[in-house]
Amino acid sequence: MFDYSPAPEAKLASFESSYGHFIGGKFTKPAKTYQTINPATEEALADISHGTTKDVDLAVKAARGAYEKTWSKLSGAERGKYLFRIARIIQERARELAVAETLNNGKPIKETRDFDIPTSAAWFFYYAGWADKLDYAGLGANPQAHGVAAQVIPWNFPFMMLAWKVAPALAAGNTVVLKPAETTPLTALLFAEICQQAELPDGVVNIVTGFGDTGAALVGHKDVNKVAFTGSTEVGRIIAKQIAGSNKKVTLELGGKAANIVFDDAPIDQAVEGVVNGIFFNQGHVCCAGSRLLIQESIHDEFIRKLKRRMDSLRLGDPMDKNTDVGAINSKAQLDKINGLVKQGVKEGGELWQPTCKIPRNGFWYAPAIIDGVSPANTVAREEIFGPVLSVITFRTPAEAVTKANNTPYGLSAGIWTEKGSKMLKLADQLNAGVIWSNTFNQFDPTSPFGGFKESGYGREGGRQGLQAYLKGGN
Amino acid sequence: MQAKDPEQIIGGKVTNASLRRWLHSLPGVDKVGLEQRAANLATRSIKTESKAWALDMAIKMMDLTTLEGADTPRRVQSLCLKAITPDPDDLATPSPAAICVYGDMVKTAKETIGKNKIYVAAVATAFPSGRASLKVKLQDTKDAVAAGADEIDMVIDRGAFLAGNYLEVYKQIQAVKEACQRKDGSYAHLKVILETGELQTYDNIRRASYLGMLAGGDFIKTSTGKVSVNATLPTTLLMLQAVRDWYDETGTQIGVKPAGGIRTAKDAIKYLVVVKEIAGEKWLDPNYFRFGASSLLNDVLMQRKKLKTKTYLGPDYVSVD
Amino acid sequence: MRLDVKKTYKLFIGGKFPRSESGRVYKVNDHKGNHLANVALASRKDVRDSVVAARAAQPGWAGATAYNRGQVLYRIAEMLEGRREQFVQEIRELTGKSDRQANQEVDAAIDSWVWHAGWSDKIDSVAGSMNPVAGPFFNISTNQPTGVVGALAPQDSVLVGFVNTIAPAIVSGNTVVVVTSEKLSLPALSFGEVLATSDLPGGVVNILSGKEAELSSWLISHMDVNAVDLEGTSNPVELEIEAAQTIKRVIRPSSYSRTGSKGSLQHILDLMEVKTVWHPKGH
Repeated sequence: MFDYSPAPEAKLASFESSYGHFIGGKFTKPAKTYQTINPATEEALADISHGTTKDVDLAVKAARGAYEKTWSKLSGAERGKYLFRIARIIQERARELAVAETLNNGKPIKETRDFDIPTSAAWFFYYAGWADKLDYAGLGANPQAHGVAAQVIPWNFPFMMLAWKVAPALAAGNTVVLKPAETTPLTALLFAEICQQAELPDGVVNIVTGFGDTGAALVGHKDVNKVAFTGSTEVGRIIAKQIAGSNKKVTLELGGKAANIVFDDAPIDQAVEGVVNGIFFNQGHVCCAGSRLLIQESIHDEFIRKLKRRMDSLRLGDPMDKNTDVGAINSKAQLDKINGLVKQGVKEGGELWQPTCKIPRNGFWYAPAIIDGVSPANTVAREEIFGPVLSVITFRTPAEAVTKANNTPYGLSAGIWTEKGSKMLKLADQLNAGVIWSNTFNQFDPTSPFGGFKESGYGREGGRQGLQAYLKGGN
Repeated sequence: MQAKDPEQIIGGKVTNASLRRWLHSLPGVDKVGLEQRAANLATRSIKTESKAWALDMAIKMMDLTTLEGADTPRRVQSLCLKAITPDPDDLATPSPAAICVYGDMVKTAKETIGKNKIYVAAVATAFPSGRASLKVKLQDTKDAVAAGADEIDMVIDRGAFLAGNYLEVYKQIQAVKEACQRKDGSYAHLKVILETGELQTYDNIRRASYLGMLAGGDFIKTSTGKVSVNATLPTTLLMLQAVRDWYDETGTQIGVKPAGGIRTAKDAIKYLVVVKEIAGEKWLDPNYFRFGASSLLNDVLMQRKKLKTKTYLGPDYVSVD
Repeated sequence: MRLDVKKTYKLFIGGKFPRSESGRVYKVNDHKGNHLANVALASRKDVRDSVVAARAAQPGWAGATAYNRGQVLYRIAEMLEGRREQFVQEIRELTGKSDRQANQEVDAAIDSWVWHAGWSDKIDSVAGSMNPVAGPFFNISTNQPTGVVGALAPQDSVLVGFVNTIAPAIVSGNTVVVVTSEKLSLPALSFGEVLATSDLPGGVVNILSGKEAELSSWLISHMDVNAVDLEGTSNPVELEIEAAQTIKRVIRPSSYSRTGSKGSLQHILDLMEVKTVWHPKGH
């Protein structure tokens, strides 16, 4: 028997016992602290400050000061060089950041090491190169930054979401106040250190930690010019209402219930892999997860059989083990939500199947699951579960696949699996989603715009389009 | 021999047209997806006990190979002795599964191996190019079998395959299988070399795999080791998917042998990970998976020693063969 | 008193530093007329070998991701920054410029590399397009590197002109054979050291020092060169006529300012080809 022995990554990250906020280039004294934990073990990692409206106000003031006095006075080339420095330091400290992210988020070290952190560095590299080329952003000559950007990010890709927000904002000439998610603040606080190492001028980047109320205070602050939010549609709705009537520009990247459509002429083995990747990567905590498998009825049985066999080889366990594929669920709250929705799915007639996984004693865990026999009317076909649960729905023709795929208030992403180019391209035209992956899934690149249709939000991150969000057209 | 009749499997008489329809109806292979899966599996970290197990299994799965024009009887003897005692410092070291030589060296190899449990495999059918008449290729095979070869590694006719003449490829494999029959009625074990480097596309490799299995091969093998592109991890992964699907469909378990270009223990372990996660534990067995290699053995032996001594070694500390 | 170990200035071809196959050298003097170095005097055979090296390196360089090329160009800037003193000294000896002026020239050269590095993965976002053809077709235009570029660096620029000649060529995946300024060749040759330590594959940039009049015709007329940059020649019309023989893309002298810390997108695009792909849409 070839059982893999434990292969633990070295614990290369260490944390302070407590953190304040990062405002005006310095860390404040910790106050009103709460614990942040490792969801795989439930061990406490550090004490984090719960930001008050006063903390938010100080941070916005620091950002405004830096914008007026320093950042807007620098040439694009100089701004770009700061971003190149940050990108380089992220690469230098990549392993440490990967470990820190795994400990605080619960996702496998294999993912943080091979995906989250390298993608974050690449995002900074990419936008660094835009800083002195804003005339080419597509908004005419000499476009201007908005000023101070308020950025609120989620817990599923903490460091990468920070990179997606901060890099284009700074490249375009804005200064930022960023609030990381309450359960995953640590890599944002390490990023503050990186800003110091890069000698970034004080106040250009500010980090305020805390909960939903901290985020609301930040988004609602009157001296903020631009709001960028990634998170649930529920909170996105609240934010959009909160800033209605103001001059604040806003982009929202919200939830999804993506259809991963597999045709009978798909490259089957790669499609199985793509479906698995689409929903079980990052434990399904992905807004663009392929959470609905739309499988052509003629190949349903064969495909599900292969899918189950593939799921049998998924390794669930210690996220710090280099061979782990499926890590911990980020919080008890999320685990409860997943359990609740799956129960509902079974109640409504779905057939639940999970491979046998050894679940660790401590921590929050959910074995990858498929619910077969789902109909579009079922709860698990409509509500975002945000966990490793795949709902399986069949279709007969391309037209029916399109109808079912589009039958949702969401519209973030979709997958199309077929070897026929003309079919794929026509479907891509017809699917109401901001990102279409064909014969692949969960591909991200700083040059490639990402964002949703409908209630999955508006605005794009990545690419030239992602830069435009942080600029005002010259006029 | 085959458990299921080819006509049953393809659903009709075996003709070039029916073979073409059958092969071209197999699902396509997405190159990028396949290579990403292989790259992902290559990140598995195999340590301590699992590494020790894998190193021993890698040796047990080796077809220790010499296929040079310059091979002499004493050269072949020396290799056989190495296979019998790979590491004089550790007599508990397992032996490779087989020695792989040209047909005219089989007799020497068999004599040297004697009663030791190491097979002698012979390449045949005008290896490596396969460009000779069928008559010559079959005689090549018969000679090797008569000399005592336990296994035959044949090459498919790539020219016929690339010209779309699937029936020709199929018939040749069947004929070679027949030529593997001994006087006592038993058959030498047949490995079918696809020469994946010449087939070039993954779709071709999948089709050639299925053709090899349909025609009665016991193993499908990637390469001769004599061209610029030999075994690769994605290619082997694809072939393992083929044998696994074949088993599901027919109940027959076919083996896979990657050959050529596998030089380090680290590489070999990556292949074992792929075997485990793609085909399953049933294939983690020298009867169903082999490495065609020569310098691999010494790297594995060095790694084996390193696990014990906990220091890095140099080439002076393993014997040449 | 310690004696300097003086550098022998050799060509940079295929990632290596050979002497000219002709064995010839020519004298380079400092701005006062004193002997500075015996510099390799490239021959037509060096041109030939360089084009072979450039062609061999081109598919790999063009096949690297744009991200990777950007990383390498940024690394070139890092390495140049690290070797600042070496270049300042060469510039001052050759031109008599003050320490401040020489440093400004090196600043501009470094910043130009950074500017070019940032273009690598943005060219298609700005200059490519999806085209809304009047039919059920997917139609996309992208920009691809033209191949091998033969370039004549400006005669009167000691460093930044040289940088602004090779950077726009290679950022998109071209490889280049460049003839340096004859009198001011030393920093360009030393630049080979920067390139050799920057993870730039051998053959992507090939640097030949020598007489423009002797070398340019061989380079410009070479049938395996796809585009030519005539900036540094005294004979542009004749060379343009030679280039026309195989319909090479031509950049005429003074088309672009090469003295600053930024280049020109148009210059980059001049050395690229637009490819348009159609595919039907329908199920």
